[in-house]
Amino acid sequence: MTWEIVIGLEVHAQLSTNSKIFCGASTAFGAEPNTQADAVSLALPGVLPVLNKGAVERAIKFGLATGSHIAPRSVFARKNYFYPDLPKGYQISQFELPVVGQGALTIQVAPLSGNAKPYEKTVRITRAHLEEDAGKSLHGDFHGMTGIDLNRAGTPLLEIVSEPDMNSAAEAVAYAKALHTLVRWIGICDGNMQEGSFRCDVNVSVRKPGEPLGTRREIKNLNSFKFMQQAIDYEVQWQVDTIENGGKVQQATILFNPDTGETRAMRSKEDAHDYRYFPDPDLLPLEISPEWIEQMRATLPELPQTKQARYVNELGLSVYDASILTASREMADFFEAVLAAVPNDAKMCANWIMGELNAQLNRDGLDMAQCPISTQQLGSMLMRIVDGTISNSGAKEVFRTMWADGGEVDAIIEAKGLKQVSDAGAIEKIVDEIMAANADKVAEYRSGKDKLFGFFVGQAMKASKGQANPAQLNDILKAKLAG
Amino acid sequence: MIPYQPCLNIVFAMSLSTQDVEKVARLARLAMSPSEIETSRNQLNGIFGLIAEMQAVNTDGVEPMSHSQDLAQRLREDKVTESNQREAFQAVAPQVEQGLFLVPKVIE
Repeated sequence: MTWEIVIGLEVHAQLSTNSKIFCGASTAFGAEPNTQADAVSLALPGVLPVLNKGAVERAIKFGLATGSHIAPRSVFARKNYFYPDLPKGYQISQFELPVVGQGALTIQVAPLSGNAKPYEKTVRITRAHLEEDAGKSLHGDFHGMTGIDLNRAGTPLLEIVSEPDMNSAAEAVAYAKALHTLVRWIGICDGNMQEGSFRCDVNVSVRKPGEPLGTRREIKNLNSFKFMQQAIDYEVQWQVDTIENGGKVQQATILFNPDTGETRAMRSKEDAHDYRYFPDPDLLPLEISPEWIEQMRATLPELPQTKQARYVNELGLSVYDASILTASREMADFFEAVLAAVPNDAKMCANWIMGELNAQLNRDGLDMAQCPISTQQLGSMLMRIVDGTISNSGAKEVFRTMWADGGEVDAIIEAKGLKQVSDAGAIEKIVDEIMAANADKVAEYRSGKDKLFGFFVGQAMKASKGQANPAQLNDILKAKLAG
Repeated sequence: MIPYQPCLNIVFAMSLSTQDVEKVARLARLAMSPSEIETSRNQLNGIFGLIAEMQAVNTDGVEPMSHSQDLAQRLREDKVTESNQREAFQAVAPQVEQGLFLVPKVIE
């Protein structure tokens, strides 16, 4: 019996402003408790919220990057609930008229099962709205009490809500990753998941194909893509088992426990979801003019999807290569800077960056921004491959040297004697010597033992101290061995 | 534009029941005696009566407003303007430890 999985996501992206959404307190992470909690964050009587322009600008950028409708007029509302880390007794959010309306994000899905091919899918975005974050409750050892830190209270968030368009854990993870890339790419969120700058709530339900949507359960606050994957897999299995055993899924908010790999329902009171939204009388409607939107559009960089398409259509790269190279803006910028040195060899640039460079970064636990080799260094090295000065294996040596000790490409080639011999006369001389010294092998080769070709290549390379131009050597060897 | 909806799903013309008032009180964390609930119910029904009168006015073609003033809000530049005043704020807090405000234990 097959089940269809239906998944929708709500992502909270913390906007990278300097100050909070409704007051001038700092949003810097990691400060001493309550040192960034001013009168507005503490909800002292008489304070009034004043909206941060930087938060609105970031919401507009997101709307533009996802082709979404940007509301010329949107409204802030109060979401009412009681919790000690929410001192006002309500969260300022948006309800009926959010700043960003319907849009879409196209994602590349790499299925988790081995044989399936990657495919493209478009996920519709329902809306994205501005809201403030709450503070933090600490349930440590405080004589049976709870400690409250309000530094985070009032930090700007963009809540991005998708349609239930995803049908597998792989699709949900691909969408979340694409969003994560996008918000960093356009510079509206630092994407730091450990610090909670990018948090995902996942709505999961199952149904028989063609039937109405099943009852969903919401997995809250996932802060890693791996946990998202595990939580969805576990939850889907739980829902299917529950239904097949004659039970019914009850709508609930659930938590994922990474230690056990299980999901469990949170205890919640019957009135928990009666938030009694109403327009916040402290805040006038937010108006966004077409001029402002155009100003923001002018600040947007070329988007990852546009770049991907350009890499495929204009540079002739595969969709896979293009998606890896656009996984982050740092990666794409690096690739394009290196490509500028060897504009006709995009595939070679891609291979070096995705292969040798990426492997070294992973080995040393570095990210692109910390790469010890500059784009200029890598570019000059690739130029020396293209003009035949060094072979691929010589280039690897240059690369390793630059990684460990830095240095100029040409100086390294000189110092290490990596310049390959491309002089046909010199190579022919070596080949003649090798053939003379191995007359028996030449005879064997000529009587049909083709496999010996590798032996001759090895001997010739050894004789040239690895410096013979491999392509040239191949050609010359073939011609001479043929007699 | 989505029309503004009454937040408690109470139809304005209807009068409030005791259960409605109890629910609102519970959501607002107000402890009320039965006689207080009855008084509040009468007062709230009076207010809903006024709303019902307003509802009777023909508003066809009038754009709903979310605020009584027909203005747009002014925005702040994204600048940090507040400094740390934790000591002053915590001087009036009932209980503080390691810079945290202490409150009765909450468990979710």
